[in-house]
Amino acid sequence: MSKILIRGAKVLGGEPQDVLIDGSEIAAVGSGLSAEGAEVVEADGKVLLPGLVDLHTHLREPGREDSETVLTGTRAAASGGYTAVFAMANTFPVADTAGVVEQVYRLGQEHGYCDVQPIGAVTVGLEGKKLAELGAMHESAAGVTVFSDDGKCVDDAVIMRRALEYVKAFGGVVAQHAQEPRLTEGAQMNEGVVSAELGLGGWPAVAEESIIARDVLLAEHVGSRVHICHLSTAGSVEIVRWAKSRGIDVTAEVTPHHLLLTDELVRSYNPVYKVNPPLRTERDVMALREALADGTIDIVATDHAPHPHEDKDCEWAAAAMGMVGLETALSVVQQTMVETGLLDWAGVADRMSFRPAGIGRAQGHGRPVSAGEPANLTLVDTAYRGAVDPAGFASRSRNTPYEGRELPGRVTHTWLRGRATLVDGKLA
Amino acid sequence: MQRHLISAADLTRDDAVLILDTAEEMARVADRPIKKLPTLRGRTVVNLFFEDSTRTRISFEAAEKRLSADVINFTAKGSSVSKGESLKDTAQTLEAMGVDAVVIRHGASGAPYRLATSGWIDAAVINAGDGTHQHPTQALLDAFTMRRRLVGRDAGLGQDLAGRRITLVGDILHSRVARSNVDLLHTLGAEVTLVAPPTLVPVGVESWPCEVSYDLDSTLSKSDAVMLLRVQRERMNAAFFPTEREYSRRYGLDGDRMAKMPEHAIVMHPGPMVRGMEITAEVADSERCTAIEQVTNGVSIRMAVLYLLLGGNEPAVTHTRTEEK
Repeated sequence: MSKILIRGAKVLGGEPQDVLIDGSEIAAVGSGLSAEGAEVVEADGKVLLPGLVDLHTHLREPGREDSETVLTGTRAAASGGYTAVFAMANTFPVADTAGVVEQVYRLGQEHGYCDVQPIGAVTVGLEGKKLAELGAMHESAAGVTVFSDDGKCVDDAVIMRRALEYVKAFGGVVAQHAQEPRLTEGAQMNEGVVSAELGLGGWPAVAEESIIARDVLLAEHVGSRVHICHLSTAGSVEIVRWAKSRGIDVTAEVTPHHLLLTDELVRSYNPVYKVNPPLRTERDVMALREALADGTIDIVATDHAPHPHEDKDCEWAAAAMGMVGLETALSVVQQTMVETGLLDWAGVADRMSFRPAGIGRAQGHGRPVSAGEPANLTLVDTAYRGAVDPAGFASRSRNTPYEGRELPGRVTHTWLRGRATLVDGKLA
Repeated sequence: MQRHLISAADLTRDDAVLILDTAEEMARVADRPIKKLPTLRGRTVVNLFFEDSTRTRISFEAAEKRLSADVINFTAKGSSVSKGESLKDTAQTLEAMGVDAVVIRHGASGAPYRLATSGWIDAAVINAGDGTHQHPTQALLDAFTMRRRLVGRDAGLGQDLAGRRITLVGDILHSRVARSNVDLLHTLGAEVTLVAPPTLVPVGVESWPCEVSYDLDSTLSKSDAVMLLRVQRERMNAAFFPTEREYSRRYGLDGDRMAKMPEHAIVMHPGPMVRGMEITAEVADSERCTAIEQVTNGVSIRMAVLYLLLGGNEPAVTHTRTEEK
């Protein structure tokens, strides 16, 4: 490995500095560092962040390689500035054994664009009935620490309690997809003014909030930690805020799309806006932004959910739920959080790298940009403005809600342990 | 007029009145020995029914044939749709066959909107009922029936329903008829009250241009028309209400309740009626119940819509009648 000098980058949005990478580590951070023997990257005016960490990604491999693979998904991640992603367990077969999680982990290592930390299923086959071999997945080469039946809610209170208790043995966390199943039967979109008008089945906020309320109480009772996936309502924010004030070990994530888009978009009946949990109201969006700013919501996670064209080019009710997000996440956060003054770039580093790495116990990620640390870095041209063009996505799927929408900011470089995975906006 | 008819909410007051007036002219065709106009000769209309509905399909088919259109009936049952073909594929196949209009009935809300706006086809799209969203020609035929009964057949021409008080009773939550009627009746100036148990009223109804009541008895004396909506028996199993008897006691229309309505007030039902639960036989068979007229009027309304969407500058009905004189 050679030396790389990143010259004049605003580290975490601060004063311009030079950052010298030597091999896989950051060798020095300072001003006027010598470029001798180093490849120089002029970063004038750009913001340097620790490599982003996504606690919630769907890579679809094994089983749905037509929508995404570990290779295409990690290339998308590198394009979006990520150096580590946590891959959800709802694959075919389900990642509920050591064998499957090791395969996914190994593919990530082989491709080399981004570290892939598999998430293990909480229950066998995501069926919510029998605990999967959580310990075996933790002890495997993949070292699983995050467990989730994402896509489905662990709705049985006893199973949820046992899972929370069990993972304490190895510092694991259960990431809950909070969706009360009976309250969301036939649900197609947020229940409210728009669903009433469009005649689409409603997904009420209380279906999310009631599960979160139950789970924080369970976590308190058994003294474990619980993570709430893709929180989407103002009421959920209030419950998490209350739980934290009580000292309950709960963390929560919000997706970029829930920070920007509202259910008004569903009036188009365009399934590109169909997602679970659904797009909510303006009031919810504002509450989520405030909560992310004040730390009630700990992190931004993409819920990158690739789907092939035919699964979205149809009538709303028949369409798959989900949106791709890895390649646009930082831009959406810049628009909704930074340019609104709610968060500075150090705050973005905290919500998109430090904290997600901490929740997932990702080794070597979410580290400070300082000498001796692993060189997992992301360089962002924050002055960039441009319309989103899905044709340029590295992801195999194009189901982005932002096609043609102008978003600020562009990741120009990503380094994974000192090796460039993205150079001048192009995959290396 | 727009190119498609997707939602009653898309119609302006003038559009709606034009359709009602045109339907009056179309109704006169039905009184002739030969109930046929040459208006859509050479045009092909497909009735694309992904969901069973014999009544609506026959009504459209009768309307299309009276306008001399070539009619193709497509039902999803036993078709390639049941083999996994998508709406898009089906639509494009029909487009390739040179179809001028698609009358679509679909179980998914928004399917006609997708069909009209996704660039899959060029044909005019008429929504014949989509999921729990809209059924605009039903609302138009209801409004037509109200105008005839409450304003008058000839006196009604050019008129709307300003100031009329209309009550809709029943399963509002799952009813595309209710949504379409609220939109259209509001546009036509009527005051609408929805009556249902709270479980059958959608969350978000407060943004609709109407009143909501859980008490049928208190609304009857203030109603010019009471429209009963079909309540599916399976709703009972999903805990929307405790028993059929209890529903009937609180929201069913019987002779005693009908007696509380003003003398001129009518009882409406989109059919099929569940006698004994929503409506007693005494009410259903009374002079004041317009259920059968609504079926007749449905053909006139659908002729008017097809004519206005597809007829373009070709001779109007009035012109044809003049010729015959």
